[in-house]
Amino acid sequence: MPKGLVVIDKDRCKGCGLCIGACPFEVLDFSGEYNSAGYNVAHMAHPERCTGCAICAQVCPDVAIEVYRLQPDKLKEGA
Amino acid sequence: MPQASTQVPEGYVKAFFRPRSLSDAKYTYCPGCHHGIVGRLIAEAIDELGIQDRTVGIAPVGCAVFLYQFYRVDFVQAAHGRACAVATGIKRANPELVVFSYQGDGDLAAIGTAETVHAANRGENITVIFVNNQVYGMTGGEMAPTTLPGQRTTTTPEGRDVRLTGYPLRISEMLAQLDGPAYITRQSVHDVRHIQMARRAILKAFRNQLEGKGFSLVEIVAACPTNLKLPPPQANRWVAENALKYFPLGDLKVKGG
Ligand SMILES: Cc1ncc(C[n+]2csc(CCOP(=O)(O)OP(=O)(O)O)c2C)c(N)n1
Ligand code: SF4
Ligand code: SF4
Repeated sequence: MPKGLVVIDKDRCKGCGLCIGACPFEVLDFSGEYNSAGYNVAHMAHPERCTGCAICAQVCPDVAIEVYRLQPDKLKEGA
Repeated sequence: MPQASTQVPEGYVKAFFRPRSLSDAKYTYCPGCHHGIVGRLIAEAIDELGIQDRTVGIAPVGCAVFLYQFYRVDFVQAAHGRACAVATGIKRANPELVVFSYQGDGDLAAIGTAETVHAANRGENITVIFVNNQVYGMTGGEMAPTTLPGQRTTTTPEGRDVRLTGYPLRISEMLAQLDGPAYITRQSVHDVRHIQMARRAILKAFRNQLEGKGFSLVEIVAACPTNLKLPPPQANRWVAENALKYFPLGDLKVKGG
């Protein structure tokens, strides 16, 4: 299981792309899915690379991203 | 966000989430607008200091006019430029409250210059968050006092001519000359490193008020991608490469420190 994962609130996302450019591991990309406001929302294109660093969430102007991290005991189990 | 629980497998814990002091309302800003980041940093400071039940915000006229919808704290929406005067009144009437104003450069540095300078000079024990995006965003991208020389706006289509309209006002440098203020700093939010620094500055500006230190102002050099007519990532680069040359970052005054 990847160390981190993000949940992007599709209704809040405005498709600005800042999270996509900020992620150091190129996890995120535009999904091609448009929300009710007409924005091309971001999604995890490569979830397996996510470390849960939360840089995407820090730069999201719309506070649309929640970040989760794998609990330390689960990390050990996976190793 | 109710959808979260269904999407997160077992074994994962929340590491980053919306601050409690932010309401569920969606921001009314354009895509990529820095107002949203600054708004979140303020909510994080309110949460961290545990002052949600006694904080009063003063909303400006400008793109942040709906600020009162975005927070779970009390708000007053002031007439254009008057936020520092309204904040002064509320803080003096009830010093137990934590009072902050949130203002754009049109609001604070044009129509509200007098209120700002005198509140700073009196050393009012308030916190001022000043979002300098070098333009009047809400009304359609007209020149602000902070617009860069040569910068194209709807009222300076050939670029700002300083012989005609003067030079960009460096408000923070001006206020730092006064004896009144306790803390004047300039920050930006165009990348994650600067967001972290801005976060600490905003926290300090609120903590100063709790400690009775007096007038604290955090200027944020911000991007308005819509009126720069740039996609948000390029607008951030524009801030780094152009705006920060005229508005250098750092602390301009820290009383007793
Ligand atoms: C007394 C008064 N004069 C003028 C206006 C028109 N007006 C609305 S917003 C604004 C400028 C806002 O610019 P700024 O403070 O930089 O905020 P931004 O929208 O860029 O965030 C002006 C001049 C007004 N609402 N009230
Ligand atoms: S930074 Fe936020 S609003 Fe912008 S694309 Fe990413 S999730 Fe959407
Ligand atoms: S006009 Fe500019 S300042 Fe106003 S919400 Fe849009 S991007 Fe932000």
